[in-house]
Amino acid sequence: MTAVVDKPAVGPARPPGRWAAPPRPPWEEEPSRAGIAGKGLALTLAALAILFPLWIVIVTSLQSKKTIDAAGGLVVIPKGVTFIAYQELLGGGQVQRAALVSLGVTLVGTLFSMAVSVLCAYGLSRIGSLGHRWLLMLLLATMFFGAGLIPTYLLVQALGLTDTYLALILPSAVSVFNILVLRAFFMGISPELVDSARIDGAGDWRILWKIVMPLSRAVLAVISLFYAVGYWSAWFNASIYLTDQDMMPLQNVMIQLVQKQERPVGLATQVNTGQLSPLAIQMAVMVLALLPVAVLSPFVQRHFKKGMLTGAVKG
Amino acid sequence: MSHSTVPRSRAEAKTGGRTPGADAPGGSAGKAAARRAARRAGRRTGRLDLRLRFRRDRTLILMTLPAVALILVFTYIPVLGNVVAFQDYDPYLSDNGFVAMLQSPWVGFENFQRIFEDSAFWHAVQNTFVLFFLQLVLYFPIPILLALLINSVVRPRVRAVAQAIMYLPHFFSWVLVVTVFQQIFGGAGIIAQTLRQHGHKGIDLMTDPGIFKFLVTAEGVWKDAGWGIIVFLAALSSVSNDLYEAAAMDGAGRWRRMWHVTLPALRPVIALLLVLRVGDALTVGFEQLLLQRDSVGPGASEVLDTYVWWNGIRNQDFGYAAAAGLVKGVVGLGLVLTANKVAHLMGEQGVYKK
Repeated sequence: MTAVVDKPAVGPARPPGRWAAPPRPPWEEEPSRAGIAGKGLALTLAALAILFPLWIVIVTSLQSKKTIDAAGGLVVIPKGVTFIAYQELLGGGQVQRAALVSLGVTLVGTLFSMAVSVLCAYGLSRIGSLGHRWLLMLLLATMFFGAGLIPTYLLVQALGLTDTYLALILPSAVSVFNILVLRAFFMGISPELVDSARIDGAGDWRILWKIVMPLSRAVLAVISLFYAVGYWSAWFNASIYLTDQDMMPLQNVMIQLVQKQERPVGLATQVNTGQLSPLAIQMAVMVLALLPVAVLSPFVQRHFKKGMLTGAVKG
Repeated sequence: MSHSTVPRSRAEAKTGGRTPGADAPGGSAGKAAARRAARRAGRRTGRLDLRLRFRRDRTLILMTLPAVALILVFTYIPVLGNVVAFQDYDPYLSDNGFVAMLQSPWVGFENFQRIFEDSAFWHAVQNTFVLFFLQLVLYFPIPILLALLINSVVRPRVRAVAQAIMYLPHFFSWVLVVTVFQQIFGGAGIIAQTLRQHGHKGIDLMTDPGIFKFLVTAEGVWKDAGWGIIVFLAALSSVSNDLYEAAAMDGAGRWRRMWHVTLPALRPVIALLLVLRVGDALTVGFEQLLLQRDSVGPGASEVLDTYVWWNGIRNQDFGYAAAAGLVKGVVGLGLVLTANKVAHLMGEQGVYKK
């Protein structure tokens, strides 16, 4: 029952098709019909609760004004597909700029966070190295207290970071939890491998780049996703550190346009001439925000457990 | 590579508190001689030791520096910055925040006094605790139940798809989650829209203070309950199949196996997560609540974190807000330590070991 968890059914071992159930151990009783039905129902309901709202949002973003008006608002059953909302949004103006800002901050921030975190995790991965305990304590201690909103705000101001994109990256650049997960993973790499490389004359930089990182692709993917999602989803720092509306990332623009229902700035004629429903614009903004994570996260999914667990056990 | 001049293996032979004398062969006598030699060499050895170790490990130390610097600047220095809680901090005293901090007058515990006399603060405390208990009762069991459900699915493909769907909302931003809920439960949402089309009055659950706390809990469940199953699934997958087989041989049916094998396997994880949750009780969803503060009003949505935000960032009363944040931080630290103590008493491990 529990032996085959989380291993995607690949390989030739299972000829009856990839959706088939693996053989049941002899001691396990056959499930009752009611049991199967109940389980299926519960799973379907859970999936629907997550997917149905997303369906409405995506479908409505792809509808013409006529269909949206006929439905009285949100559309459940699509009638044709039109991309005018996206053309409008990505043809320039507030939303396009915000999406590019978010993309840029996410890419630069994730690269920076990963570089800093991987280096630190590797630097702390050898027990007994000089200062190892002290540095680790310094990191671990932050798990017990937060910096506090007000002092952080005053610090970012005093450093002159307000109204720069650095304010969106630096204060949240390192997550101690992520460093600990990476470190635990690095420590699990066989020491013989690292030692033999050292005997062959490789230094720590080369060992990290040529041996440790290639062996850690799974956890690197997971932690990159965590950082990237963090940057992509962030809006609070932008709301307190940026005053220039033109610098705002996508999430903040989404608050204005979708949650507070303000009119988009710099959009061309089609909303005004009535060809395009404002609702489709709002839903398209939401789709822009959810698309990157919805596309990326399933690819990294099979590594989640590994990434989460090494940290949880040894952290 | 600069440090290849000090091969690690040789350097290690000389470190770890040993002097060259320790390399002499010969059982306990050799060790005793080494100890004597170490005592004789005294401080000199220690210094050499440190220098060698530094030469060996300097690359490692160098690698940690960027992260350590960021943590020092953005976590440790702000902790010191909490001194403004004891000041009547005035940001306009100087262009530089640090100078302004030095020049602001000290007021002792006046900020704290004002906080404890402010009914809005106690209201925020009350909201925080109500939300915490709601989340504990309504949210906490759901990932466990979902994990048991997923774990009972044997078809690997079904499992993978179900997991992919359930993990998805965890990666959505709070802005997206709130706006998605708006499309379902809001005044222009799909429920209100359907009601109106059938001749009823529309509803707007997003701005109703009466049910706001349930709404917040539901948003949390939608976003993170699916993600929460990961740790439980891992615990479940580590249960030996032999246990199930032995239980089945002894005549235990499905439910008894779940009760006597599966649930005990989850106990340590449940205890750990409970400890973490109680330790973090004062944090009940800052971004989520801040996003909805305007639409539902502070009466229903103000919690400690948003109270700090409102007084500090919005009203620029920095000393006062920092004091409120400090109260939260100190009480929070106490909660973590207490929760751990309780976990240890219960025989569980908690966040850190004894």
